[in-house]
Amino acid sequence: MITQEQQKVMTKLPFGTESAPSERESATAADFLVADAHMEVRGLSLYYSESQALQGIDLRVPRGKITALIGPSGCGKSTLLRCFNRLNDLVDGVHIDGEILFDGQSLYGSEVDVNLLRKRVGMVFQKSNPFPKSIYENVAYGPRIHGTRSKASLDEMVEKSLRGAALWEEVKDRLDKSALGLSGGQQQRLCIARAIAVEPDVILFDEPCSALDPISTARIEELMTELKGRFTQIIVTHNMQQASRVSDTTAFLYLGRLIEYGVTETLFINPRKKQTEDYITGRFG
Amino acid sequence: MPISDGQSRGTPPRGLPTSNRRGALGRALTSLAGGALAFNLIMVLGLLLLLLWQGGAYFWPRDLAWFELADGRQVLGEIHEHRELRTTAASGAEPIYEVRLKTGNREPELGGQDFVWIREADIKRSERPHDAVLLERRSWGPFFGYPVAIRRGDGVIAEGRDGTFRKLEQLVPEKAEHFEKIRKLEKGEIGDVNYEIERLRLSRRKLSMSTDSSPDKARADAELQRATQVQESRFGALADRLRDERQSLEAEILVIESIDGRRKTMPVSEVVRAVRPNELSTAGKIGLYASRLWEFVSDEPRESNTEGGIFPAIFGTVLMVLLMSVIVVPLGVLAALYLREYAKQGPLVRAVRIAVNNLAGTPSIVFGVFGLGFFVYFLGGSIDRWFYSEHTSPVFGTGGILWASLTLALLTVPVVIVAAEEGLAAVPRAVREGSLALGATKWETLRKVVIPASSPAILTGMILAMGRAAGEVAPLMIVGMVKLAPDLPISLEWPFLHFERKFMHIGFHIYDVGFQSPNVEATKPLVSATALLLIVVVTILNLAAIRVRNRLRAKYATTGL
Ligand SMILES: Nc1ncnc2c1ncn2[C@@H]1O[C@H](COP(=O)(O)OP(=O)(O)O)[C@@H](O)[C@H]1O
Ligand SMILES: [Mg+2]
Repeated sequence: MITQEQQKVMTKLPFGTESAPSERESATAADFLVADAHMEVRGLSLYYSESQALQGIDLRVPRGKITALIGPSGCGKSTLLRCFNRLNDLVDGVHIDGEILFDGQSLYGSEVDVNLLRKRVGMVFQKSNPFPKSIYENVAYGPRIHGTRSKASLDEMVEKSLRGAALWEEVKDRLDKSALGLSGGQQQRLCIARAIAVEPDVILFDEPCSALDPISTARIEELMTELKGRFTQIIVTHNMQQASRVSDTTAFLYLGRLIEYGVTETLFINPRKKQTEDYITGRFG
Repeated sequence: MPISDGQSRGTPPRGLPTSNRRGALGRALTSLAGGALAFNLIMVLGLLLLLLWQGGAYFWPRDLAWFELADGRQVLGEIHEHRELRTTAASGAEPIYEVRLKTGNREPELGGQDFVWIREADIKRSERPHDAVLLERRSWGPFFGYPVAIRRGDGVIAEGRDGTFRKLEQLVPEKAEHFEKIRKLEKGEIGDVNYEIERLRLSRRKLSMSTDSSPDKARADAELQRATQVQESRFGALADRLRDERQSLEAEILVIESIDGRRKTMPVSEVVRAVRPNELSTAGKIGLYASRLWEFVSDEPRESNTEGGIFPAIFGTVLMVLLMSVIVVPLGVLAALYLREYAKQGPLVRAVRIAVNNLAGTPSIVFGVFGLGFFVYFLGGSIDRWFYSEHTSPVFGTGGILWASLTLALLTVPVVIVAAEEGLAAVPRAVREGSLALGATKWETLRKVVIPASSPAILTGMILAMGRAAGEVAPLMIVGMVKLAPDLPISLEWPFLHFERKFMHIGFHIYDVGFQSPNVEATKPLVSATALLLIVVVTILNLAAIRVRNRLRAKYATTGL
């Protein structure tokens, strides 16, 4: 079900209105221009204690759009995604060079409050990971952490978030039941509701549909399209159809490097690099 | 094993082996392991049945048997055993049987022997006299024989075997009520006044110890002295009342006569229960059984613990275990949190883990010694010096239930640490990352997600700790457990829970009753009954904890992720 508000958002921001076709064609992997970059990755290299996982990535993530990260397993998609909310900080022995600008401010600056950053950059994981609590408590968790105490505003936030994640109608009668009783697809939408409950600016998706059936997958994709405009979304996916269906821009990573980045249509129809073409035509992967 | 090995041995060089020796060994080991398990189960079951049989039978009323012996003596009592004399078994002669008769009447005036062995051949006549009476008494144990008269003042209010028994049946409950009333007076009002007088005395002492010498001090002292006088006059009045009550309690005097004709008098109020066992119907026996069982679990001990109930011991055990749990769970969980979540995993943490596990294997008496040295003498002594300097005898500087609980908490903390660590480790990383990705700090994640999710495992640790703590006796003997505690560690006076008080414990009670009492033979079944009760108490505590754990499990199940 699509609310009026969401419909307005969707119609207000149709894809590609702000960049002319000529501009798109002339873009290259390195200098593809994004008019309004929400996140800007600059020369990012990441080293795990033994190996280098990312090498000199440059990437501008457009505001309010969906950006897909594709590439073969182990090429560094998740690693890159987890740089945006600094979840890699938790790994022992990680070392990062380069920077990421978030609304022009450096993410890795010493003055950044990581917890507030993560409030603004939400994340949905590959395997749905609801807390072993009730549905209500799952969604209210973030707002509570960030200081919302009043029952009335929590109720309101929970309902709004569940509606936003197209889950409200299914669970409104069992908010106090354990979240673990939901189906896989519902759990994943609950995780999306949980992420949007803290009203982030950016949502990161790490292969959100890899464990779901086609119908649940379609619902999540529909939901992502609905959320477009309200949030900047970055999605890691294995599934090229998915990337071409939902995303506005696509980045192809290979062996820790950004091979090609461009408008999704262009990248899939007319890839500039041979490696990209090989990958999207299924010659390796 | 290399293939060439079989060939080098020569026979049989090729083909499938006809019998699989390694397979046979495996089967043998499997059945051995199964057999060992079955053996263990049978042992445990046997133990329980034995305790149930011996302990349970203790409260069942037995018939009173009357024998006339060859030498003309008469005896009356309960038959407790019937056996063949061991000396005759080998010689092949006609077997000689003897019975063990509990004759009670422990006091010297009644020739008290408690138990006698009688050869079956010596018994000329035997009977179960319907009117033989069993008196359970507050002192001297049971009496078997006949109450023959009741006197009040100079008059006689009942006479004859039947008349006296009827009157006795009517008087005993009245006297029991009166007895209870007097006890309440002693423990209640008189106890309060005593407490107040002691408090005033200590206040005066404290005042006199202070260096201040202003007129204020003298005035305060006079004030305290006046208050003390008020309390002392109240005490005097209460003491008078108590004396009157006691006199009226003991107004009726019972004359009892044993089977060999010896007589004795005692106040009727000394009788707890008067029954004619041989007249009891099955329903009557069941009623008596239930009433004795109830007395056992709800009453205070008498006669240096060999009679009466063991309520204070049950109470002490349960309170000590609960107190221990309240201490050990936070302690163990904090330690596990540090080891698993905060400490940098490395040789140091590994060493600490090994040390913790070794702590679990340390003989418990060592903990007792540590508890005595550290908690009682050092901590308790310091508390006394700072807060109770006016007291002449130690308050916290001597064994008490708090120190005992702390000592046991130390003893059982490794179990909780190990269980909690396992629980923490079992919470998936994905769930933690889900919380962190919402902007929660590490501590918030632990407190709101990880610890609740591992609470069933923590409860498992607590259950194991409780089982261990309830069964420990040795370390408690030196940090506050006593044979007989005058007061429960709980009362209606502030602060309600008296952590400094000494306490009784079922485990120690078993030892004390079974092996330290003047009449070991008589208390043998009591040992079984008490042991059985210890098992019941531990089981109830565990069941309660398991129920809580199952609730938490249902609430915080992490499966399905
Ligand atoms: N925590 C880690 N420690 C060390 N190496 C890691 C860690 N996480 C990922 N890697 C390595 O980094 C590379 C990129 O991994 P990842 O970003 O998960 O790939 P993708 O998501 O594209 O499949 C892989 O070679 C992987 O083995
Ligand atoms: Mg990945």
